[in-house]
Amino acid sequence: MPSLQALRRFRLPAACPAGGSVGKKNRQITGLRSLRKSLLPCGNKIVFPGVGQETVTQSAREEEWANWLRLAIKGDAQAYSRFLFAVTPHLRAMARRRCGLYGAPLSEAEDVVQEVLLAIHLKRGTWDPARPLGPWLTTLVRNKLIDSLRRRGRQKNVPIDDVCDFLEAADETNEAADRIDTETMLARLKEPQRDIVRSISIEGEGIRETAARLKMTEVAVRVALHRALKSLAALYRSE
Amino acid sequence: MKTDDLITLLAQDAPVGQSYGRAFVLALGIGIAVSAVLLFATVGIRQDMASAVATTRVLFKITVTSVLAVIGARLAMRIGRPGAETRGPALLLAVPILMLGAAVVAELVALPTGAWRTNLLGRNALFCLFFVPVLSLAPLTGLFWALRRGAPENPTFAGATAGLAAGAIAAAVYAWHCPDDSPLFLAAWYTIAIAGVSLTGALAGRSWLRW
Repeated sequence: MPSLQALRRFRLPAACPAGGSVGKKNRQITGLRSLRKSLLPCGNKIVFPGVGQETVTQSAREEEWANWLRLAIKGDAQAYSRFLFAVTPHLRAMARRRCGLYGAPLSEAEDVVQEVLLAIHLKRGTWDPARPLGPWLTTLVRNKLIDSLRRRGRQKNVPIDDVCDFLEAADETNEAADRIDTETMLARLKEPQRDIVRSISIEGEGIRETAARLKMTEVAVRVALHRALKSLAALYRSE
Repeated sequence: MKTDDLITLLAQDAPVGQSYGRAFVLALGIGIAVSAVLLFATVGIRQDMASAVATTRVLFKITVTSVLAVIGARLAMRIGRPGAETRGPALLLAVPILMLGAAVVAELVALPTGAWRTNLLGRNALFCLFFVPVLSLAPLTGLFWALRRGAPENPTFAGATAGLAAGAIAAAVYAWHCPDDSPLFLAAWYTIAIAGVSLTGALAGRSWLRW
Protein backbone atom coordinates (compact mmCIF):
# COMPACT_ATOMS: atom_id res chain seq x y z
CA MET A 1 0.00 0.00 0.00
CA PRO A 2 1.88 3.07 -1.23
CA SER A 3 -0.19 5.53 0.77
CA LEU A 4 1.03 3.88 3.97
CA GLN A 5 4.63 4.54 3.05
CA ALA A 6 3.84 8.19 2.61
CA LEU A 7 1.97 8.23 5.90
CA ARG A 8 4.76 6.67 7.87
CA ARG A 9 7.11 9.53 7.17
CA PHE A 10 5.17 11.78 9.44
CA ARG A 11 4.73 11.86 13.14
CA LEU A 12 1.43 11.53 14.80
CA PRO A 13 -0.18 14.13 17.04
CA ALA A 14 0.78 13.60 20.64
CA ALA A 15 -2.80 13.89 21.70
CA CYS A 16 -3.29 13.82 25.44
CA PRO A 17 -6.52 12.60 26.98
CA ALA A 18 -8.56 15.66 27.74
CA GLY A 19 -8.46 16.34 31.46
CA GLY A 20 -7.56 12.69 31.89
CA SER A 21 -6.73 10.89 35.06
CA VAL A 22 -3.00 11.46 34.79
CA GLY A 23 -1.87 13.52 37.74
CA LYS A 24 -1.05 17.14 37.14
CA LYS A 25 2.54 16.79 38.24
CA ASN A 26 3.01 13.71 36.13
CA ARG A 27 1.55 15.42 33.12
CA GLN A 28 3.91 18.31 33.45
CA ILE A 29 6.89 16.02 33.59
CA THR A 30 5.71 14.11 30.58
CA GLY A 31 5.00 17.35 28.82
CA LEU A 32 8.60 18.42 29.27
CA ARG A 33 9.90 15.05 28.29
CA SER A 34 7.94 14.81 25.11
CA LEU A 35 8.81 18.39 24.28
CA ARG A 36 12.48 17.58 24.57
CA LYS A 37 12.00 14.40 22.61
CA SER A 38 10.20 16.09 19.82
CA LEU A 39 12.91 18.72 19.52
CA LEU A 40 15.44 16.01 18.83
CA PRO A 41 16.19 15.19 15.23
CA CYS A 42 13.80 12.60 13.91
CA GLY A 43 15.36 10.91 10.93
CA ASN A 44 16.96 13.79 9.07
CA LYS A 45 14.27 16.22 10.00
CA ILE A 46 13.88 18.25 13.13
CA VAL A 47 10.36 18.31 14.42
CA PHE A 48 9.08 21.25 16.36
CA PRO A 49 5.90 20.74 18.24
CA GLY A 50 2.90 22.65 17.09
CA VAL A 51 4.71 24.56 14.38
CA GLY A 52 3.70 25.02 10.79
CA GLN A 53 3.13 22.30 8.29
CA GLU A 54 3.94 19.43 10.59
CA THR A 55 0.89 20.18 12.69
CA VAL A 56 -1.30 20.30 9.64
CA THR A 57 -0.01 16.91 8.49
CA GLN A 58 -0.44 15.40 11.93
CA SER A 59 -4.06 16.34 12.18
CA ALA A 60 -4.57 15.28 8.57
CA ARG A 61 -3.25 11.88 9.49
CA GLU A 62 -5.41 11.59 12.57
CA GLU A 63 -8.37 12.54 10.42
CA GLU A 64 -7.46 9.86 7.88
CA TRP A 65 -7.22 7.21 10.59
CA ALA A 66 -10.54 8.36 11.99
CA ASN A 67 -12.12 8.06 8.56
CA TRP A 68 -10.82 4.52 8.17
CA LEU A 69 -12.16 3.54 11.56
CA ARG A 70 -15.52 5.17 10.82
CA LEU A 71 -15.79 3.08 7.65
CA ALA A 72 -14.65 0.00 9.56
CA ILE A 73 -17.37 0.36 12.18
CA LYS A 74 -19.89 0.34 9.33
CA GLY A 75 -18.37 -2.90 8.09
CA ASP A 76 -15.59 -1.93 5.65
CA ALA A 77 -12.95 -4.63 6.21
CA GLN A 78 -10.41 -2.99 3.87
CA ALA A 79 -10.54 0.35 5.63
CA TYR A 80 -10.22 -1.45 8.94
CA SER A 81 -7.20 -3.38 7.83
CA ARG A 82 -5.61 -0.13 6.58
CA PHE A 83 -6.24 1.44 9.99
CA LEU A 84 -4.76 -1.50 11.90
CA PHE A 85 -1.70 -1.74 9.64
CA ALA A 86 -1.10 1.98 10.10
CA VAL A 87 -1.35 1.83 13.90
CA THR A 88 0.74 -1.31 14.44
CA PRO A 89 4.25 0.13 13.79
CA HIS A 90 3.56 2.79 16.42
CA LEU A 91 2.38 0.20 18.91
CA ARG A 92 5.45 -1.89 18.21
CA ALA A 93 7.88 0.98 18.77
CA MET A 94 6.17 1.85 22.01
CA ALA A 95 6.02 -1.73 23.28
CA ARG A 96 9.73 -2.29 22.60
CA ARG A 97 10.76 0.93 24.25
CA ARG A 98 8.72 0.22 27.32
CA CYS A 99 9.54 -3.45 27.82
CA GLY A 100 12.82 -2.48 29.46
CA LEU A 101 11.17 0.07 31.70
CA TYR A 102 8.76 -2.49 33.09
CA GLY A 103 11.29 -5.29 33.29
CA ALA A 104 9.43 -7.33 30.71
CA PRO A 105 11.49 -9.42 28.30
CA LEU A 106 11.87 -7.77 24.91
CA SER A 107 10.86 -11.07 23.33
CA GLU A 108 7.34 -10.42 24.56
CA ALA A 109 6.99 -7.06 22.86
CA GLU A 110 5.13 -8.55 19.91
CA ASP A 111 2.67 -10.28 22.23
CA VAL A 112 2.03 -6.91 23.85
CA VAL A 113 1.38 -5.42 20.41
CA GLN A 114 -1.14 -8.16 19.66
CA GLU A 115 -2.84 -7.75 23.00
CA VAL A 116 -3.24 -4.03 22.40
CA LEU A 117 -4.57 -4.67 18.89
CA LEU A 118 -7.16 -7.04 20.32
CA ALA A 119 -8.14 -4.41 22.89
CA ILE A 120 -8.55 -1.75 20.20
CA HIS A 121 -10.67 -4.23 18.30
CA LEU A 122 -12.92 -5.36 21.12
CA LYS A 123 -13.40 -1.84 22.49
CA ARG A 124 -13.79 0.07 19.21
CA GLY A 125 -17.49 0.47 19.99
CA THR A 126 -16.55 2.89 22.77
CA TRP A 127 -15.21 5.42 20.29
CA ASP A 128 -17.82 8.01 19.40
CA PRO A 129 -17.26 8.65 15.67
CA ALA A 130 -18.42 12.22 16.15
CA ARG A 131 -15.43 12.90 18.42
CA PRO A 132 -11.71 13.09 17.62
CA LEU A 133 -9.86 9.78 17.46
CA GLY A 134 -6.64 10.90 19.18
CA PRO A 135 -7.70 11.10 22.84
CA TRP A 136 -9.64 7.85 22.61
CA LEU A 137 -6.89 5.87 20.93
CA THR A 138 -4.13 7.26 23.13
CA THR A 139 -5.96 6.52 26.38
CA LEU A 140 -7.03 3.03 25.35
CA VAL A 141 -3.56 2.10 24.14
CA ARG A 142 -1.88 3.55 27.22
CA ASN A 143 -4.15 1.65 29.61
CA LYS A 144 -3.82 -1.68 27.82
CA LEU A 145 -0.11 -1.33 27.25
CA ILE A 146 0.60 -0.60 30.88
CA ASP A 147 -1.68 -3.43 31.98
CA SER A 148 0.03 -5.89 29.68
CA LEU A 149 3.59 -4.78 30.50
CA ARG A 150 2.97 -4.82 34.24
CA ARG A 151 1.68 -8.35 34.03
CA ARG A 152 4.74 -9.47 32.11
CA GLY A 153 7.25 -7.32 33.91
CA ARG A 154 9.28 -7.94 37.02
CA GLN A 155 8.98 -4.46 38.44
CA LYS A 156 5.39 -4.03 39.43
CA ASN A 157 5.66 -0.52 40.74
CA VAL A 158 6.70 1.51 37.78
CA PRO A 159 4.89 4.84 37.85
CA ILE A 160 2.27 5.23 35.18
CA ASP A 161 3.78 7.74 32.89
CA ASP A 162 1.86 9.10 30.05
CA VAL A 163 2.32 7.46 26.72
CA CYS A 164 1.10 10.47 24.85
CA ASP A 165 4.13 10.11 22.65
CA PHE A 166 2.76 6.81 21.40
CA LEU A 167 2.05 8.10 17.98
CA GLU A 168 5.43 9.70 17.57
CA ALA A 169 7.69 6.93 16.45
CA ALA A 170 7.12 3.91 14.32
CA ASP A 171 9.01 0.66 14.29
CA GLU A 172 9.09 -0.79 10.82
CA THR A 173 10.55 -4.15 11.76
CA ASN A 174 7.87 -6.51 10.74
CA GLU A 175 8.94 -10.02 11.45
CA ALA A 176 9.19 -9.79 15.17
CA ALA A 177 9.37 -13.00 17.09
CA ASP A 178 5.95 -13.74 18.45
CA ARG A 179 6.56 -15.90 21.43
CA ILE A 180 3.28 -17.73 21.51
CA ASP A 181 3.10 -19.68 18.32
CA THR A 182 -0.08 -20.01 16.38
CA GLU A 183 -0.75 -23.65 17.04
CA THR A 184 -0.48 -23.32 20.82
CA MET A 185 -2.88 -20.41 20.65
CA LEU A 186 -5.29 -22.23 18.36
CA ALA A 187 -5.19 -25.39 20.45
CA ARG A 188 -6.90 -23.51 23.24
CA LEU A 189 -9.85 -22.45 21.12
CA LYS A 190 -12.91 -24.62 20.65
CA GLU A 191 -14.27 -25.83 17.32
CA PRO A 192 -15.54 -24.31 15.07
CA GLN A 193 -13.72 -21.18 16.30
CA ARG A 194 -10.34 -22.82 15.78
CA ASP A 195 -11.12 -23.87 12.25
CA ILE A 196 -12.47 -20.41 11.39
CA VAL A 197 -9.48 -18.60 12.86
CA ARG A 198 -7.08 -20.89 11.03
CA SER A 199 -8.75 -20.57 7.67
CA ILE A 200 -9.08 -16.78 7.80
CA SER A 201 -5.78 -15.82 9.35
CA ILE A 202 -3.42 -18.41 7.95
CA GLU A 203 -5.05 -19.57 4.78
CA GLY A 204 -6.40 -16.11 3.99
CA GLU A 205 -9.93 -17.24 3.23
CA GLY A 206 -12.81 -14.80 3.46
CA ILE A 207 -15.94 -15.19 5.55
CA ARG A 208 -17.90 -16.46 2.56
CA GLU A 209 -15.44 -19.22 1.58
CA THR A 210 -15.11 -20.31 5.19
CA ALA A 211 -18.86 -20.48 5.58
CA ALA A 212 -19.23 -22.53 2.40
CA ARG A 213 -16.50 -24.95 3.37
CA LEU A 214 -17.79 -25.46 6.90
CA LYS A 215 -21.41 -25.58 5.69
CA MET A 216 -22.32 -22.75 8.07
CA THR A 217 -24.17 -19.51 7.40
CA GLU A 218 -22.06 -16.38 7.05
CA VAL A 219 -23.74 -14.93 10.12
CA ALA A 220 -22.79 -17.99 12.16
CA VAL A 221 -19.18 -17.67 10.98
CA ARG A 222 -19.11 -13.99 11.93
CA VAL A 223 -20.52 -14.74 15.37
CA ALA A 224 -18.02 -17.54 15.93
CA LEU A 225 -15.15 -15.32 14.78
CA HIS A 226 -16.19 -12.57 17.19
CA ARG A 227 -16.33 -15.09 20.05
CA ALA A 228 -12.94 -16.45 19.05
CA LEU A 229 -11.41 -12.98 19.24
CA LYS A 230 -12.88 -12.49 22.70
CA SER A 231 -11.41 -15.84 23.75
CA LEU A 232 -8.02 -14.87 22.35
CA ALA A 233 -8.05 -11.65 24.37
CA ALA A 234 -8.97 -13.65 27.47
CA LEU A 235 -6.13 -16.09 26.77
CA TYR A 236 -3.64 -13.24 26.67
CA ARG A 237 -4.99 -11.84 29.92
CA SER A 238 -4.83 -15.16 31.75
CA GLU A 239 -1.32 -16.02 30.64
CA MET B 1 0.52 -15.91 15.75
CA LYS B 2 1.94 -13.42 13.29
CA THR B 3 0.70 -9.92 13.89
CA ASP B 4 -0.21 -9.54 10.22
CA ASP B 5 -2.34 -12.68 10.46
CA LEU B 6 -4.07 -11.29 13.51
CA ILE B 7 -4.87 -8.07 11.64
CA THR B 8 -6.32 -10.11 8.76
CA LEU B 9 -8.47 -11.85 11.31
CA LEU B 10 -9.60 -8.64 13.03
CA ALA B 11 -10.43 -7.01 9.68
CA GLN B 12 -12.97 -9.76 8.97
CA ASP B 13 -14.81 -8.79 12.16
CA ALA B 14 -14.95 -5.10 11.22
CA PRO B 15 -18.58 -4.04 11.79
CA VAL B 16 -19.68 -2.96 15.23
CA GLY B 17 -23.05 -4.48 16.08
CA GLN B 18 -24.02 -2.09 18.82
CA SER B 19 -22.07 0.93 19.94
CA TYR B 20 -21.19 1.32 23.60
CA GLY B 21 -23.37 4.41 23.96
CA ARG B 22 -26.44 2.68 22.62
CA ALA B 23 -25.86 -0.43 24.75
CA PHE B 24 -25.49 1.75 27.82
CA VAL B 25 -28.73 3.66 27.27
CA LEU B 26 -30.60 0.43 26.51
CA ALA B 27 -29.29 -1.33 29.64
CA LEU B 28 -30.06 1.70 31.77
CA GLY B 29 -33.62 1.94 30.43
CA ILE B 30 -34.33 -1.74 31.05
CA GLY B 31 -32.81 -1.54 34.53
CA ILE B 32 -34.98 1.41 35.52
CA ALA B 33 -38.11 -0.21 34.07
CA VAL B 34 -37.55 -3.51 35.88
CA SER B 35 -36.88 -1.68 39.14
CA ALA B 36 -40.10 0.37 38.82
CA VAL B 37 -42.19 -2.67 37.91
CA LEU B 38 -40.76 -4.52 40.90
CA LEU B 39 -41.90 -1.73 43.21
CA PHE B 40 -45.39 -1.68 41.70
CA ALA B 41 -45.71 -5.46 41.81
CA THR B 42 -44.62 -5.83 45.42
CA VAL B 43 -45.12 -2.99 47.88
CA GLY B 44 -46.77 -0.57 45.46
CA ILE B 45 -46.73 3.23 45.65
CA ARG B 46 -48.00 4.85 48.82
CA GLN B 47 -51.75 5.30 49.15
CA ASP B 48 -51.69 9.07 49.58
CA MET B 49 -49.17 9.70 46.76
CA ALA B 50 -51.54 11.95 44.81
CA SER B 51 -51.70 14.48 47.64
CA ALA B 52 -48.24 13.77 49.09
CA VAL B 53 -46.42 14.59 45.84
CA ALA B 54 -47.52 18.19 46.24
CA THR B 55 -45.68 18.57 49.54
CA THR B 56 -42.21 20.06 49.51
CA ARG B 57 -40.61 17.16 51.37
CA VAL B 58 -41.86 14.45 49.02
CA LEU B 59 -41.06 16.56 46.00
CA PHE B 60 -37.56 17.12 47.33
CA LYS B 61 -37.07 13.44 48.10
CA ILE B 62 -37.89 12.43 44.55
CA THR B 63 -35.96 15.31 42.98
CA VAL B 64 -32.69 14.87 44.87
CA THR B 65 -32.52 11.11 44.30
CA SER B 66 -33.32 11.61 40.60
CA VAL B 67 -30.64 14.29 40.25
CA LEU B 68 -28.11 11.95 41.84
CA ALA B 69 -29.22 9.13 39.54
CA VAL B 70 -28.81 11.24 36.39
CA ILE B 71 -25.40 12.58 37.38
CA GLY B 72 -24.19 9.16 38.52
CA ALA B 73 -25.35 7.39 35.37
CA ARG B 74 -23.78 10.03 33.15
CA LEU B 75 -20.49 9.70 35.00
CA ALA B 76 -20.60 5.89 34.79
CA MET B 77 -21.12 6.09 31.04
CA ARG B 78 -18.14 8.41 30.61
CA ILE B 79 -15.91 6.24 32.75
CA GLY B 80 -16.38 3.41 30.27
CA ARG B 81 -15.21 5.58 27.36
CA PRO B 82 -11.45 6.00 27.03
CA GLY B 83 -10.39 9.62 26.75
CA ALA B 84 -13.75 11.03 27.82
CA GLU B 85 -13.73 13.86 30.32
CA THR B 86 -14.76 12.60 33.76
CA ARG B 87 -13.59 15.27 36.19
CA GLY B 88 -16.35 17.78 35.42
CA PRO B 89 -19.14 15.17 35.57
CA ALA B 90 -17.67 13.83 38.83
CA LEU B 91 -17.64 17.31 40.40
CA LEU B 92 -21.33 17.62 39.56
CA LEU B 93 -21.94 15.03 42.29
CA ALA B 94 -21.54 17.92 44.68
CA VAL B 95 -24.89 19.30 43.48
CA PRO B 96 -27.15 16.65 45.10
CA ILE B 97 -24.90 16.59 48.17
CA LEU B 98 -25.27 20.35 48.62
CA MET B 99 -29.00 20.10 47.95
CA LEU B 100 -29.33 17.51 50.70
CA GLY B 101 -27.16 19.54 53.07
CA ALA B 102 -29.30 22.63 52.55
CA ALA B 103 -32.49 20.61 53.05
CA VAL B 104 -31.17 19.11 56.29
CA VAL B 105 -30.37 22.58 57.62
CA ALA B 106 -33.80 23.87 56.59
CA GLU B 107 -35.47 20.88 58.25
CA LEU B 108 -33.54 21.40 61.49
CA VAL B 109 -34.62 25.03 61.48
CA ALA B 110 -38.25 24.20 60.69
CA LEU B 111 -38.67 21.42 63.24
CA PRO B 112 -38.71 21.82 67.01
CA THR B 113 -35.70 20.09 68.60
CA GLY B 114 -37.95 17.46 70.15
CA ALA B 115 -39.12 16.27 66.72
CA TRP B 116 -35.62 15.75 65.27
CA ARG B 117 -35.23 12.25 66.62
CA THR B 118 -38.58 10.87 65.41
CA ASN B 119 -38.03 12.34 61.96
CA LEU B 120 -34.51 10.94 61.74
CA LEU B 121 -35.55 7.44 62.74
CA GLY B 122 -38.74 7.48 60.68
CA ARG B 123 -41.09 4.53 60.50
CA ASN B 124 -39.51 2.26 57.95
CA ALA B 125 -35.76 2.63 58.22
CA LEU B 126 -34.91 -1.07 58.16
CA PHE B 127 -37.21 -1.77 55.24
CA CYS B 128 -35.57 1.10 53.36
CA LEU B 129 -32.13 -0.42 53.99
CA PHE B 130 -33.41 -3.73 52.66
CA PHE B 131 -35.52 -2.62 49.72
CA VAL B 132 -33.31 0.04 48.11
CA PRO B 133 -30.54 -2.54 47.48
CA VAL B 134 -33.15 -4.99 46.15
CA LEU B 135 -34.49 -2.36 43.73
CA SER B 136 -30.92 -1.56 42.67
CA LEU B 137 -30.19 -5.09 41.44
CA ALA B 138 -31.72 -4.60 37.97
CA PRO B 139 -30.09 -1.23 37.20
CA LEU B 140 -26.78 -2.46 38.66
CA THR B 141 -26.84 -5.54 36.45
CA GLY B 142 -27.65 -3.38 33.43
CA LEU B 143 -24.87 -0.90 34.14
CA PHE B 144 -22.34 -3.68 34.64
CA TRP B 145 -23.41 -5.35 31.42
CA ALA B 146 -22.89 -2.04 29.61
CA LEU B 147 -19.60 -1.21 31.33
CA ARG B 148 -18.19 -4.61 30.42
CA ARG B 149 -18.41 -3.41 26.82
CA GLY B 150 -16.60 -0.28 27.84
CA ALA B 151 -12.95 0.16 28.72
CA PRO B 152 -12.78 1.77 32.17
CA GLU B 153 -9.32 2.81 33.26
CA ASN B 154 -10.00 1.91 36.89
CA PRO B 155 -12.40 -1.06 37.25
CA THR B 156 -12.97 -0.51 40.99
CA PHE B 157 -13.89 3.13 40.52
CA ALA B 158 -16.10 2.25 37.55
CA GLY B 159 -17.90 -0.37 39.68
CA ALA B 160 -18.36 2.09 42.54
CA THR B 161 -19.85 4.68 40.20
CA ALA B 162 -22.18 2.11 38.64
CA GLY B 163 -23.24 1.16 42.18
CA LEU B 164 -23.81 4.79 43.08
CA ALA B 165 -25.96 5.33 40.00
CA ALA B 166 -27.91 2.10 40.54
CA GLY B 167 -28.42 2.90 44.23
CA ALA B 168 -29.67 6.39 43.36
CA ILE B 169 -32.06 4.99 40.74
CA ALA B 170 -33.36 2.50 43.29
CA ALA B 171 -33.78 5.28 45.87
CA ALA B 172 -35.67 7.44 43.35
CA VAL B 173 -37.98 4.50 42.65
CA TYR B 174 -38.38 3.61 46.33
CA ALA B 175 -39.24 7.23 47.13
CA TRP B 176 -42.66 6.58 45.55
CA HIS B 177 -43.40 4.06 48.25
CA CYS B 178 -41.47 5.40 51.22
CA PRO B 179 -43.70 6.92 53.95
CA ASP B 180 -40.79 8.80 55.57
CA ASP B 181 -40.37 12.21 54.02
CA SER B 182 -37.96 14.11 56.27
CA PRO B 183 -34.61 15.17 54.75
CA LEU B 184 -33.15 13.90 58.03
CA PHE B 185 -34.36 10.41 57.18
CA LEU B 186 -33.06 10.81 53.64
CA ALA B 187 -29.63 11.95 54.79
CA ALA B 188 -29.28 8.98 57.12
CA TRP B 189 -30.95 5.91 55.66
CA TYR B 190 -31.04 6.56 51.93
CA THR B 191 -27.39 7.52 52.14
CA ILE B 192 -26.45 4.29 53.92
CA ALA B 193 -28.41 2.21 51.39
CA ILE B 194 -26.85 3.94 48.38
CA ALA B 195 -23.37 3.75 49.89
CA GLY B 196 -23.85 0.02 50.42
CA VAL B 197 -24.79 -0.53 46.78
CA SER B 198 -21.83 1.59 45.71
CA LEU B 199 -19.46 -0.47 47.85
CA THR B 200 -20.87 -3.68 46.36
CA GLY B 201 -20.32 -2.18 42.92
CA ALA B 202 -16.71 -1.35 43.75
CA LEU B 203 -15.98 -4.89 44.94
CA ALA B 204 -17.71 -6.45 41.94
CA GLY B 205 -16.07 -4.03 39.52
CA ARG B 206 -12.62 -4.98 40.70
CA SER B 207 -12.93 -8.38 39.10
CA TRP B 208 -15.75 -8.00 36.58
CA LEU B 209 -14.85 -4.76 34.89
CA ARG B 210 -11.28 -5.65 33.99
CA TRP B 211 -10.64 -5.87 30.28
